[in-house]
Amino acid sequence: MDELTLDGNAVAGLLAEVFAAEMTTARGTCDHCGAVEAVGAVLVYRGAGFVLRCPHCESVVAKLVTDGSRAWIDLRGLRTLELPG
Amino acid sequence: MTALVGRLTWRVAEIAEVRTETPTVKTLALDVEDWPGHRAGQHVDIRLTAEDGYQAERSYSIASAPGGDRVELTVELIEDGEVSPYLTDEARPGDLMELRGPVGGYFVWDPDPGGPVLLVAGGSGVVPLMAMARQRAADGDPVPTRLLYSSRSLEDVIYRDELERLEGDGFDVLHTLTRSQPDGWTGYSRRVDPELLAEVAPPEFALAFVCGPTPFVEAVATALVALGHEPSRIRTERFGPTGG
Repeated sequence: MDELTLDGNAVAGLLAEVFAAEMTTARGTCDHCGAVEAVGAVLVYRGAGFVLRCPHCESVVAKLVTDGSRAWIDLRGLRTLELPG
Repeated sequence: MTALVGRLTWRVAEIAEVRTETPTVKTLALDVEDWPGHRAGQHVDIRLTAEDGYQAERSYSIASAPGGDRVELTVELIEDGEVSPYLTDEARPGDLMELRGPVGGYFVWDPDPGGPVLLVAGGSGVVPLMAMARQRAADGDPVPTRLLYSSRSLEDVIYRDELERLEGDGFDVLHTLTRSQPDGWTGYSRRVDPELLAEVAPPEFALAFVCGPTPFVEAVATALVALGHEPSRIRTERFGPTGG
């Protein structure tokens, strides 16, 4: 973790567009360590796209890339996602 | 990006006013078409498009309290950033940009926090916390609230005069200046370390919001947990140089 690390709040707009819901209060379960955490609290790294990592074990939980019109989403590291009621 | 589902779209925002806050920080007041309103702590994504079609997007916290006519963003210049140099040096009233939001629900003011609220800001991390302080004042909310605000020097303190005016009625502001202090400075003169937090941030605070550069947020959140704050009652928002 270094000063380039952002958090889930930084991708709130993109996630809201993809999932059609406010996602920073959704709770995700890391498939690697089983920790449950709000999406707003995950670690986010910005490069060509965004890489989201578990704040407990730092495993990758999601990768998001957009090219301006399409979106490509890899959620292999996420076991479950619970959206608030 | 074209809205995939149409529920959240880019809106046109026009700069109505530009205010200088510090040598490197400006506040932009925006008129936004069909603005749906926001909650204190939420942010927006700003998209700029160059003449050749190149687009850059960045996320900025909303500084203004909900309910106002305009949306205010306070932006710090990141020297080698893609977006902030335009927003802090070039943007003029009448300029147009695209805006998506408001977004976020995790780092937002809770009108029923269950006890006193602690706000901890590092540098321009004060922006979403200022929206909370402004909302608290506008609502006449009596919840005891403390802002601990770390800046490099007095001239880097954003909203200094307004924070002074807001003090009282259960709101107190503690400044710490980490690099230089003026003569006669009576505030703190050190980093927000575990000893300082032990002094001013006991676990009696029911909810804490921490915003600043990533190393600052990590250090403060870790220290608060060590002091006995419940981890689930510490909300954090980090920004880094890539946020520029």
